[in-house]
Amino acid sequence: MLLRHTTKEVKERKALTVNPAKTCQPVGAMYAALGVHGCLPHSHGSQGCCSYHRSALTRHYKEPVMAATSSFTEGSSVFGGQANLLQAIDNIFGIYEPQIIAVHSTCLSETIGDDLGQIVGKAKDDGRIPEGKHVVQASTPSYVGSHVTGYANMLEAFVKYFAFKTDEKLRQVNLLSGWVEPSDMRELKRLAGLMDVKTVLLPDTSDVVDTPMTGKYQMYPKGGTTIDEMVSMGNSMGTVALGEWGAKSAAIALDNKCKVPFSMNDVPVGISATDRFIQALSTAGKVSIPEIISEERGRLMDMMTDMHQYFYGKRVALFGDPDTLLPLTEFLLDLDMKPVYIVSGTPGKRFTQRMEEILGDKVSETKFKNGPNADMFLLHQWIKEEPVDLLIGNTYGKYIARDENIPFVRMGFPIIDRVGHSYFPTVGYQGGLRILEKILGAIMDKIDATAPEESFELVM
Amino acid sequence: MPNKKDYTNGLPDPSQLKEEMLAKYPRKVAKKRSKAMVINDPEENQEIAANIRTIPGIITQRGCTYAGCKGVVLGPTRDIINLVHGPIGCSFYAWLTRRNQTRVPEGGDNFITYSFSTDMQDENIVFGGEKKLKEAIREAFDIFNPSSIGIFSTCPVGLIGDDVHAVAREMKEELGINIFGFSCEGYRGVSQSAGHHIANNGVFKNVVGNNDRPRKGKFQVNLLGEYNIGGDAFEIEALFEEVGVELLSTFSGNSTIESMEYSHTADLNMVMCHRSINYIAEMMEEKYGIPWFKVNFIGAESTAKSLRKMADYFGDKELSAKVEEVIAREMAKVKAVADVVKPKTEGKLAMMFVGGSRAHHYQDLFTELGVKTVSAGYEFAHRDDYEGREVIPNIKIDADTRNIEDLVVEKDEAHFRDDLVEKKAKLEESGYQFKDYKGMMPDMKKNSLVIDDVNHWETEKLIEFYKPDVFCAGIKEKYVVQKYGVPLKQLHSYDYGGPYAAFGGAINFYTEMERMLGTKIWKLVDAPWKLEPEIVGSVTVDA
Repeated sequence: MLLRHTTKEVKERKALTVNPAKTCQPVGAMYAALGVHGCLPHSHGSQGCCSYHRSALTRHYKEPVMAATSSFTEGSSVFGGQANLLQAIDNIFGIYEPQIIAVHSTCLSETIGDDLGQIVGKAKDDGRIPEGKHVVQASTPSYVGSHVTGYANMLEAFVKYFAFKTDEKLRQVNLLSGWVEPSDMRELKRLAGLMDVKTVLLPDTSDVVDTPMTGKYQMYPKGGTTIDEMVSMGNSMGTVALGEWGAKSAAIALDNKCKVPFSMNDVPVGISATDRFIQALSTAGKVSIPEIISEERGRLMDMMTDMHQYFYGKRVALFGDPDTLLPLTEFLLDLDMKPVYIVSGTPGKRFTQRMEEILGDKVSETKFKNGPNADMFLLHQWIKEEPVDLLIGNTYGKYIARDENIPFVRMGFPIIDRVGHSYFPTVGYQGGLRILEKILGAIMDKIDATAPEESFELVM
Repeated sequence: MPNKKDYTNGLPDPSQLKEEMLAKYPRKVAKKRSKAMVINDPEENQEIAANIRTIPGIITQRGCTYAGCKGVVLGPTRDIINLVHGPIGCSFYAWLTRRNQTRVPEGGDNFITYSFSTDMQDENIVFGGEKKLKEAIREAFDIFNPSSIGIFSTCPVGLIGDDVHAVAREMKEELGINIFGFSCEGYRGVSQSAGHHIANNGVFKNVVGNNDRPRKGKFQVNLLGEYNIGGDAFEIEALFEEVGVELLSTFSGNSTIESMEYSHTADLNMVMCHRSINYIAEMMEEKYGIPWFKVNFIGAESTAKSLRKMADYFGDKELSAKVEEVIAREMAKVKAVADVVKPKTEGKLAMMFVGGSRAHHYQDLFTELGVKTVSAGYEFAHRDDYEGREVIPNIKIDADTRNIEDLVVEKDEAHFRDDLVEKKAKLEESGYQFKDYKGMMPDMKKNSLVIDDVNHWETEKLIEFYKPDVFCAGIKEKYVVQKYGVPLKQLHSYDYGGPYAAFGGAINFYTEMERMLGTKIWKLVDAPWKLEPEIVGSVTVDA
């Protein structure tokens, strides 16, 4: 057994986290910053933070992930990191020539009280930031929230820095996206295109962490939201924000700064959340919903009904981030599956409230938990109490899946042992099809592998 | 990209490349980087700047002290709960990402598949985290019943003044198991290297010598600095077992704390990765009189050489005969594969920037395939790993090094092996060498470019200048280099392949290079219409 020390009996834990279902803020800030064109993320802390985050993102995308670090030593930890950051800004603009440096803090720089705003202000006053270039900063202490919080904080920082309201009114809608894959970002843009709604998507990691092989390396690939686009967000008709944990604070900031109204939506995973997204986009963009969208939806519905017998009543355990877990849970319920165990390390009281709304009285035995000590160890213990038919989560789930012989579908961050998440979306109706294909594949592979010979089926 | 240079009469002088690399830097940066780049002359004593701070803003390969301590030295050991005291990230990122394989006997402990953390929250930063740490240790003890717990400090811990060592002592007393702490906050040193030293100190103080297990074998050895990435240690273990040498403990791969506790009963320490583990070798010699020498099991020739050196040390005819028998048998298998692969790889160019020993060790494997190493460097090594141990007395001790405790080790009279000291002296008289690391530079060709702590900009220039056939580094560099159309072999994780150690590993590496250097897949990168004259578009159907 890979997790041989995990036992059924749940003992209450207050201090010890085992096998976390989250990681820390800065990696989210780094990912969000990659979704801005010509931007180099910068980690203000020890070298290890930057190295770990780059490694995690690289393993997930199999793509270059560039970021710089303030390389703190004991001296900077005692005397403050200002000198390190100022020197870093000089070196980065001089050597790597980005348009934007997106600085995020770490537990180290936060603990010693470095004020990023003040340091960046000084860099500006000293003339260290070349004309037309920008340094944006976000406070992302690792001991608050999770990787999703860091993503949200960086997104908010971009909006606050760049979005600008003038008298010009633009017939466009802002899409503020929670943490999804580049494939999903591409899909969001495609759907908006079908709807004939001009959008500005922030962040946009498509064409950044899914770049083609050309034999040439580009430090700043063609993708990412541009400065002009971010500036123009202040003049948009409205904002469609996707995912409360990842995008709400940015949506509020944009509303406060530029009076751009927003609607708060789930990340469009599954049929119902995608329906709401399409309706929100239609309302914000003042367009009717074209037939081609209804047709896409119809294809997803078709597979849902065709394959219903394989979904019905199946018990599912899932872990990941609230913004995707909530609509995914809803999707599983739409399929008549039973999401029985749900865990997210990301804190937030809204999780309980939203989960209760979504679950209603549909599944009586569901256990869910988020925040401190809501970890994969607990999830595994619940599974040991009463088994499940399917597990959905990031790559770390494979240890539970193998020990317990559970069909396993990879969704979330990080996925470091399979490919596909960068290229095939899980959002929208197309994404729904992919999720179903994955679930069916996992469930049917187990049936095929374990069915007695006499009941081994050709047609399923 | 320029055409590939002609290397038949030796490597080209890379002075111009060096100038171009430095030209991009601000003056102060250029001055510092200049000292970290050496145009190698194996006949000369050249000095390289190493183990010094990375300049802020430079995109470096390096990680932190915590990574070196938790991730490297303690991470591969299965029967200890490695509890990370800090915010969640540090424990999360070091969770199973280094591929340290381990074979667990029936009923044995294995905590490697778990990540343990105190998941510090803002209130712990403000009011201190010692209480939470103690509680977490109690909970870990209650749930998992481990025989040892190690506590690893992350950046905020030292800053807020949590005393992990006091907590460890108190909890050890309370729970009656071995509990010890490491002050391995990420900022403690200039790279992972500081963490290695801190880990060595902690293991030596708290583990080594705790168990005087009676002898089990005629020849008892420890292997130091072998991390069992991709099963490397399994290959080496099998060799030792076959020739009849009892491998007590590996620091640390496929390892247990239990075996480290009786590792002081060895007759010999063999050091693979000099950088990360020479401290324990040195301290064990001072305290117990156990001699050490450097070995290398990367490369078939090097493996044979290392086995012979071990046999010579014991001076036992039967052992030597067995070693020769195994070498002869294995070398025949290796040669059969090399004969097929070498004609396809001969004359190709490699460069490698990794670790504290791998960038040196892997040159041996490449040499066996006729592949030339044109440029190499370490990520976190010290001058002695480049220039040889004889420079150690001349290495300037800077503030960053002074941060790390140098343990004062005293002779353990009860366990001291005078017989081994005598044996060592005798062997030395006949020219046998101990503590013998000559470093990477004397083994490299004239005009090869040696670069310490290579960074992203320099990597780009290196590729442009040398247009290598294979580049060896880590995950962060992998896809950058490959976008240029140059295959990259990860030498930290082996790209999830391996093992590459010993004879079986050499064969694996040869076939891997046959794939990487022989594949035509890169030729498909350009779409055919990019290579042909543009087809003129037309608006009519007929034209």
